[in-house]
Amino acid sequence: MQSENNTQYAIETRNLSIYYGKFEAVKDVELKIEKQKITAIIGPSGCGKSTLLRAFNRMNDFVVTSHVKGEILMHGTNLYSKEIDPVEVRRRIGMVFQKPNPFPKSIYENIAWGARINGFRGNMDDLVEESLRGAALWDEVKDKLKESAYALSGGQQQRLCIARTIAIQPEIILMDEPASALDPISTLRIEELMQELKKNYTIIIVTHNMQQAARVSDYTAMMMLYEETRSGTVIEYDDTKKIFTNPKDKRTEDYVTGRFG
Amino acid sequence: MVRKTFETEIQQVKDDVLILGSMVEKALLDSVEALKKRDIKAAEKIFLEDREINKKRFEIENHLMILIATQQPMAHDLRLLASTMEIISELERMGDYAKGISNINIRMGDAPLLKPLIDVPRMAQKGADMLHRSLTAFVNEDVETSKRLPVEDDEVDALYNQIYRELMTFIIADPKVIERANWLLWVAHNLERFADRVTNICERTIFIATGEMAEIKSTDDEFWKQQKQEK
Repeated sequence: MQSENNTQYAIETRNLSIYYGKFEAVKDVELKIEKQKITAIIGPSGCGKSTLLRAFNRMNDFVVTSHVKGEILMHGTNLYSKEIDPVEVRRRIGMVFQKPNPFPKSIYENIAWGARINGFRGNMDDLVEESLRGAALWDEVKDKLKESAYALSGGQQQRLCIARTIAIQPEIILMDEPASALDPISTLRIEELMQELKKNYTIIIVTHNMQQAARVSDYTAMMMLYEETRSGTVIEYDDTKKIFTNPKDKRTEDYVTGRFG
Repeated sequence: MVRKTFETEIQQVKDDVLILGSMVEKALLDSVEALKKRDIKAAEKIFLEDREINKKRFEIENHLMILIATQQPMAHDLRLLASTMEIISELERMGDYAKGISNINIRMGDAPLLKPLIDVPRMAQKGADMLHRSLTAFVNEDVETSKRLPVEDDEVDALYNQIYRELMTFIIADPKVIERANWLLWVAHNLERFADRVTNICERTIFIATGEMAEIKSTDDEFWKQQKQEK
């Protein structure tokens, strides 16, 4: 990960398969994720979208039986090489989850804590403000930074989680259904925020909401199960505009027009 | 899974487009028939009935808008609904050509036709026939027919060219007939434009079926070039 050779892509998978024990959950994925763009991963339930997303920052390591074959390259280095520290991977590739999961601490501490254990030595007040501004939350919380994060609304909590993620300055932000637990207004706020964030970060989002994928993303990867093996794979990956107006694969067409299954 | 409700709605839209198309087709043939017979009463009726065509078009447009808002169409469905919006607008304009021909008929008053109409009804017949087939191709998403039909527009252009020359000889022979010749030229021009719009419908059908938006090469340019050279 030290070698900073600038490839065109933020992340690249080669022949990637992900296993839970003997079960091959995701099979042969070849994806090149563009830098500072939003890439959406869509597909029916159980097709391996979240598994694939979690593989990008080695979250699957927490599932004892899981292992991968093939490569996930960042700056030309395989994230699954022996010498790579998964904690460092997760610092460079942050994640936002479906349900907002702030720490049971103050708003301020939610951001400061991660930065501190990552060895941040700068001005903490500045970092907290900068991160909250970056997550479009500052104006709403600047007068109550010492209050519990739990006092915030669901949408605010989710933006706090985004602020916490960007505080440690990752390169990539993974989002797993980041708005599915939020009301429509908070959802739109998150979507607007994503457009701001992509100026500095690469975003990969998993979503069940196709309209959301169509609205926010630049590229879309469509995943589907192989019927025989029940393994998921990417069947089509293209410009989002293309996927939603004229997809190549009949199965993508069926899925985006709501005729799947 | 079939989206039964949505599919039924789409079928309804297609049926309505066919109804609108048949209204336009009838208006065109009737307008030329009324001109041939110099039947001003019939012309007035066609003129007024154009409102029904416009009404039907708005009705379909409204239905399309509701489907787009409530069903969030994607991919093929989206292309179909958006293109149908274009097609009904073409049909509405084609109805205006029939109305225009009726208008000319009314304005001619009791002046007799400059000459018996032969090529004009042929143009109308050809145009109506092309429209009919283009809409059948639209409903069936028949790309082959949609690619072939615009070529037939050449026949309409050739008839127009012939009428144009013939009327010119009338004018040269006797400038007093200029107004009566002009009336017929306008009629022929309306018919020429009518057939041109069939090409636009065909382009949309191809787009719905394939996702490729391509302009079918118009032979009109050739026609005007030819006119210029002959001068």
